[in-house]
Amino acid sequence: MTFLQSPAVRIGLSISVATGLYGVSFGALSAASGLVFWQTMALSLLLFSGGSQFAFIGVLSGGGSGLAAMSAAALLGIRNGVYGMQINALLAPRGLLKIAAAHVTIDESTATGTGQSDPSEQRRGFWVAGLGVFLLWNVFTAVGALIGDALGDPKQWGLDGAAVAAFLGLLWPRVKSRQPAAIAVLCAVATLLAVPFVPSGVPILVAAVVAGLIGWFRHGHEHDGMEPDIEPHSPPGPPSTGPSAAEGSGGR
Amino acid sequence: MNLWPWILLAAALAFATKLLGYLVPAKVLANPRMSRVAGTLTIGLLAALTVLNTAVSGHQVLADARLGALVGAAVALYLKAPFLLVVLAGAAVAAVLRLLGWS
Repeated sequence: MTFLQSPAVRIGLSISVATGLYGVSFGALSAASGLVFWQTMALSLLLFSGGSQFAFIGVLSGGGSGLAAMSAAALLGIRNGVYGMQINALLAPRGLLKIAAAHVTIDESTATGTGQSDPSEQRRGFWVAGLGVFLLWNVFTAVGALIGDALGDPKQWGLDGAAVAAFLGLLWPRVKSRQPAAIAVLCAVATLLAVPFVPSGVPILVAAVVAGLIGWFRHGHEHDGMEPDIEPHSPPGPPSTGPSAAEGSGGR
Repeated sequence: MNLWPWILLAAALAFATKLLGYLVPAKVLANPRMSRVAGTLTIGLLAALTVLNTAVSGHQVLADARLGALVGAAVALYLKAPFLLVVLAGAAVAAVLRLLGWS
């Protein structure tokens, strides 16, 4: 079997293209939120986690401080630490490879890697998706940032509506069942209730506290919210089932 | 506001979080509470970001063209559109509603 015939490589490549393309929307939104070109690129090159990047600029464009933006991004990145444990258990990379693997540990690479059953396929899937998304995400972030700078008034083009859609798109695949949906609603309500009373950027931290407490005190449901956000564009061919299925326990 | 320190700090924290996953002993993975909190945090933060970007302006909760964008995006997601189309749908609805005079 050649490299390109491997199902994991094909899944990884198609996920890379689909995910990389929406780097355009991140780049444009980041420019609209007031970041200069290299600040936008620093987020995609160094922070490299779509949800956290959208969170960072989303808090800023809502009037939040740099501290609030950083906090939201850091909290949203905690799931990557759990993904790191899963990938480390599967691939056990060493030395510099461990550093590189950590940097490309995101929803998409974790889903592609853990969705395979054969160990060498897991390795290929993780690396192809991780490196492929990294490359294309950064290329298209740059394209989006340049487009965003050229657009002028972001509201005229509905870019604030694009941000709304992006966040809903990231949330959507994680609230397929009733309990996660209830958590989402509860946190949304807590956020809106906090808005009139606390400084901008803080309502999201209120939601984080509510969500953290729910996670801490309830039992079971280990996988709620940990479904990688590669839906709705799951690739053709062998299904990439994500970490929960790979561990053989759905948790619900 | 100089954002560079926050950007670099956020990047450092993000990488440290990822790397930590590779450095902790495997038995921590067996602790379900860790996964649960990471999962509910993800849901809660994304839900908060969605409503903040939809219905909040400064310290006010209000309905404007962005609410239309939310509905447009939800329809696109329900129809299983790819992510980029979902984002474009949100932008298009907001832009059209503004053209029609709903700010």
